[in-house]
Amino acid sequence: MLGMSGGVDSSVAAAILLEQGFEVIGVTMQIWPDIVEDKQKSEGGCCSLSAVDDARRVADKLGIPYYVLNFKDVFREKVIDYFKDEYLKGRTPNPCIACNRHVKFDAMLKKASSMGLDYVGTGHYAQIGYDEKLKRYLLRKSVTATKDQTYALYNLNQEQLSRILMPIGSYTKDKVREIAGKIGLCVAGKPDSQEICFVEDNDYGRFIRENTDYEIAPGDFVDTRGNILGRHKGIVHYTVGQRKGLGISFGKPMYVVEIDVQRNRVVLGDDSEVFSNALIAEDINFISIDSLKEPQRVKAKIRYSAKEADAEVIPLEDGCVQVVFDAPQRAVTPGQSVVFYDGDIVVGGGVIKNPI
Amino acid sequence: MTERMIYLDHAATTPVKKEVLEAMLPYFTEKFGNASSIYTIGRESKKALEEARDKVAAAIGAQSKEIFFTASGTEADNWAIKGVAYSNRTKGNHIITTAIEHHAVLHACQYLESEGFEVTYLPVDKNGLVSAEQVAAAIKPETILITIMFANNEIGTIQPIAEIGKVAREKGVYFHTDAVQAVGNIPIDVSDMNIDLLSLSSHKFYGPKGVGALYIRKGVKITSFLHGGAQERGRRASTENVAGIVGLGKAIEIACGNLEDKNRKLIAMRERTIEEIMKKIPFVKLNGHRTQRLPGNVNFSFEFIEGESLLLMLDMKGIAASSGSACTSGSLDPSHVLLAIGLPHEIAHGSLRLTFGEENTDEDIDYLMEVLPMIVQRLREMSPLYEAVAKNNT
Repeated sequence: MLGMSGGVDSSVAAAILLEQGFEVIGVTMQIWPDIVEDKQKSEGGCCSLSAVDDARRVADKLGIPYYVLNFKDVFREKVIDYFKDEYLKGRTPNPCIACNRHVKFDAMLKKASSMGLDYVGTGHYAQIGYDEKLKRYLLRKSVTATKDQTYALYNLNQEQLSRILMPIGSYTKDKVREIAGKIGLCVAGKPDSQEICFVEDNDYGRFIRENTDYEIAPGDFVDTRGNILGRHKGIVHYTVGQRKGLGISFGKPMYVVEIDVQRNRVVLGDDSEVFSNALIAEDINFISIDSLKEPQRVKAKIRYSAKEADAEVIPLEDGCVQVVFDAPQRAVTPGQSVVFYDGDIVVGGGVIKNPI
Repeated sequence: MTERMIYLDHAATTPVKKEVLEAMLPYFTEKFGNASSIYTIGRESKKALEEARDKVAAAIGAQSKEIFFTASGTEADNWAIKGVAYSNRTKGNHIITTAIEHHAVLHACQYLESEGFEVTYLPVDKNGLVSAEQVAAAIKPETILITIMFANNEIGTIQPIAEIGKVAREKGVYFHTDAVQAVGNIPIDVSDMNIDLLSLSSHKFYGPKGVGALYIRKGVKITSFLHGGAQERGRRASTENVAGIVGLGKAIEIACGNLEDKNRKLIAMRERTIEEIMKKIPFVKLNGHRTQRLPGNVNFSFEFIEGESLLLMLDMKGIAASSGSACTSGSLDPSHVLLAIGLPHEIAHGSLRLTFGEENTDEDIDYLMEVLPMIVQRLREMSPLYEAVAKNNT
């Protein structure tokens, strides 16, 4: 069962899997809740109605069966509700990680098994392979480094990895384009969407306001010593490291350094105050190792767009880990994930609880 | 993938019969004349058109001049409902329908609500039936139209149309019936049944797609649907789809010509399938009335299963069927019909509709009964809910 969006990546994945001799069944997940605007439904993101039309066309061209499957309930619960709850808790969620974990590689994988299908394939830029020596499935970065999506896939477990295929991860961008051309796909295609698929105009503050019963109350901006600097619009509108859109000028660049839900405050600081030396991460998953017994040197990535940083991961007694950076990191944000790499191998990752 | 292909979705559409296609073909090429033209080939088209009209009229007990061709059943429904509503607005603004109508009726009624009309959606009982008493009780001085489907497209339940027609006639309210699933499947007589307007669609009885008809009893006040030329006596402008209409005429003639023989066979297949499913598969529920249902309709809910997975797996085995919650590109909601007969959401999601047709055989049912229990079992094995129930039972 191959997840198809009608875009180049998943379409090429279909072509590669067919060439490798797999029997491929294309599916597009139907995930849109009723609250999502019609415009977004028809045009936005990987699972929109236009995606359905495009994917169907590709499936017809490749001569494979194609279905639209309903994942609306699980998407609402595991992605949209989580997204809202995290913001309301003053954290900054990553809905793509949640979607991969609970929808694509849990619900869709289960659906595939129930239908007697052996694998779930996707057009993700990542590589999965079995290491004979370690006796483990490993997740590696894609050959095309700029496209790598392993950051959003660190939650996969061994059972899942044994049943997932990500064929384009081992092809270069040029090769993917070449295959796309060969099967007659418009290579220009749709732009890669980095925005949140279910939020119109990327205005997530408005989305949460309109879809929650909680009152989103304005509160105080304070500095790190607790002095009141002004009023904020409600904590859901802010994320750690944010500089733009604070609505006040301070005479020097000021950044969000902390969101204090208890007191409904947004703490601002200057450039030096937005850096942290270490963090605590929870909800940990390891891929290349079974568990972390002793401190390990890794490269750690704290956001999808962040550069990897040298660090040491230290196991804690409660199952959490402490990550100590060699050099302070900017905007360590609760709710985002930290992912650990050893070269191109994903060691594991977790959700940032707090910076230290 | 399997080579075998068994089509069990005749309520969705049917193949065009060979005789029907042959009757149509000349009207695409040598007999291409516009039916409104005065010269010979134009007149030939006009003649074919009127012969088809006679056949449709004969099939439902109407007069030829009461038959108006449309481009679909949906168009006929929209025309009947909006046309009567707009034309009788000075008399009243109230319309009576049921909760289980096809969307062509429901959405047209909802549109009229936005235009200031009031619509009563009668509930149905657990078998999907509405009663003539319910209809009578809902009639008010402002009621201008009653629109109730002849037979339901999902669960196959056949409504007491003659009784409802009697009530409507006594109260002097126009009565429209969406008979898209019924025409060509069960006997209909518009005058015995006191029907004022009736919609039908050619592709449901082995005719071509893209052609339907609306029966409008002589004297019914109704606005024109499309304004333009004088076709269909000025009530539905558009150059006539002559080939399609010829196909409709031929198809309805054949379908209504051997109803009894055909139905005996379809009912036998339906009964066998219902009995075997109930015998071989636990935790199932037959939806719709046990006997008062379309000859070829079987509709079951399978507990602990999503209809979606079931359809896909049947498709992989070469069986074409449909569910109560078809997910093509837009809608994902469980069927309003299944909810209206009282099924909870999760059970409505696990529904399967099988609709038999003339070309189906007993071997098709053998194959279905070989495959279906296996698939249901397999899907249930994945369900944690089923696991709990199965454990309690052993």
